[in-house]
Amino acid sequence: MKIGGILLCLVIAFSARADVLRIAVASNFEATLEDLADAFEQRHDIDVQRSPGSTGRHFAQICHGAPFDLFFAADMERPRLLEEQGRIVEGTRFTYALGKLVLWSPDPERITGKDSLNGADYRHLAIANPKLAPYGKAALDVLENFGLADELRSRLVMGSNIGQTAQFVHTGAAEMGFVALSQILRPGKELSGSSWLPPDESYSPIIQQAVVLKESAAARAFIAFLATEEALEIIASYGYGVPDAVPGRS
Amino acid sequence: MLSPEDLEALGLTFRLAGTVTLLLLMVCIPLAWWLARTPRRTFRVVIETLATLPLVLPPTVLGFYLLLMMGPNGPLGRLFVALGSDPPVFSFTGLVIGSLFYSLPFVLQPLQTAFKAVGNLPLEAAATLGAGPVDRLFSVVFPLTRNGLLTAAVMGFAHTLGEFGVVLMLGGNIPGQTRVASVAIFDHVEQLDYANAHRLAAVLVLLSFVFLLTVHLINSPRRSDAS
Repeated sequence: MKIGGILLCLVIAFSARADVLRIAVASNFEATLEDLADAFEQRHDIDVQRSPGSTGRHFAQICHGAPFDLFFAADMERPRLLEEQGRIVEGTRFTYALGKLVLWSPDPERITGKDSLNGADYRHLAIANPKLAPYGKAALDVLENFGLADELRSRLVMGSNIGQTAQFVHTGAAEMGFVALSQILRPGKELSGSSWLPPDESYSPIIQQAVVLKESAAARAFIAFLATEEALEIIASYGYGVPDAVPGRS
Repeated sequence: MLSPEDLEALGLTFRLAGTVTLLLLMVCIPLAWWLARTPRRTFRVVIETLATLPLVLPPTVLGFYLLLMMGPNGPLGRLFVALGSDPPVFSFTGLVIGSLFYSLPFVLQPLQTAFKAVGNLPLEAAATLGAGPVDRLFSVVFPLTRNGLLTAAVMGFAHTLGEFGVVLMLGGNIPGQTRVASVAIFDHVEQLDYANAHRLAAVLVLLSFVFLLTVHLINSPRRSDAS
């Protein structure tokens, strides 16, 4: 299987016919996109190359000519800015997923509900940097909504993106943290522990948008694939809300 | 010109670099002395190799394992708890420990080279003249290795100033505790706030330049024939 994959990559790399699709993807969507790409590659002779990272960094790189075909951002702000600057293929900005926030700890006993945040029995609560990451801003929204922001400020530690935030919690360095539901719900690789889902209305919606940066048949094919039932099911299986309207979907 | 937050980050950076340099000199002077003079070749080579490893490991990788070690479940974290303290992760202490590993080779190597160059002759001469071990250290070894000592201090300081990956991994971006200048610049860039990033980077470069220049001036002979 693995050797087959490597051979396949080699064949694709050396065949002039196969198209390559380069995708910059927000850390929280990386695992989901991997599944999507696998399903897509089974149908098309197109090699999908993913570059996971923070949306802010991707944005800066794209502005300076990074050779990505598609950009899956963690928010709608950066895709909108790219659209304003005329750096995207016109009319290709769309919502591909709605992010869900979860309070998570690897310790199965730690989190019983919202009140677990009040406990004196932990030192660090990890969130993504609210200035950089939409999941961080959502986490701060939740804390403010429940009047806990000031009280917990001294216990907050911030990851530079949601991937690093999950890592703080996963390694036990921070006892718990607000991460993306997609990170603990990976189908087949669910992370154990305890969690609490803050109500949707306690944070501003995490609208994750994508844009096409460079026109190509491969890019169009991938966008069309995202509108299929199969793709939407994969996205939903990671705990994302599925958008109502995807381009190409009637 | 700089925001109070950025000034705080800058101050923290210099405090970190200063603390780490002092501690590293205290650790590395005896270690380098021993490495330069021990006849036990195998043991010496193993220690030298270990001390060089931080050069090879990507800082974020080093930072990740330090995070594991210093967390409440890690061996270092447990040691701190056993000693009645908090685990050092996400604190200034944690950054100091991380930077000790990260900057160690930069302090150790110049010292080792300098100590090797001293050789036995001046020490034997001093001993013949009746100088005890401590006297020999301060009146013979340190004056002879002044350049090496300064180089080691400057390298340790400068390398810690520019530290980013390790701090990013185990710092948690806490103002006044772990948000150093490099992390603050990174945050500005990620927020597309390039103006503040440029300002802070410029101040960091300027201050570092002045600092390094001063040390190099002190360290260099006034005229080319003076050496």
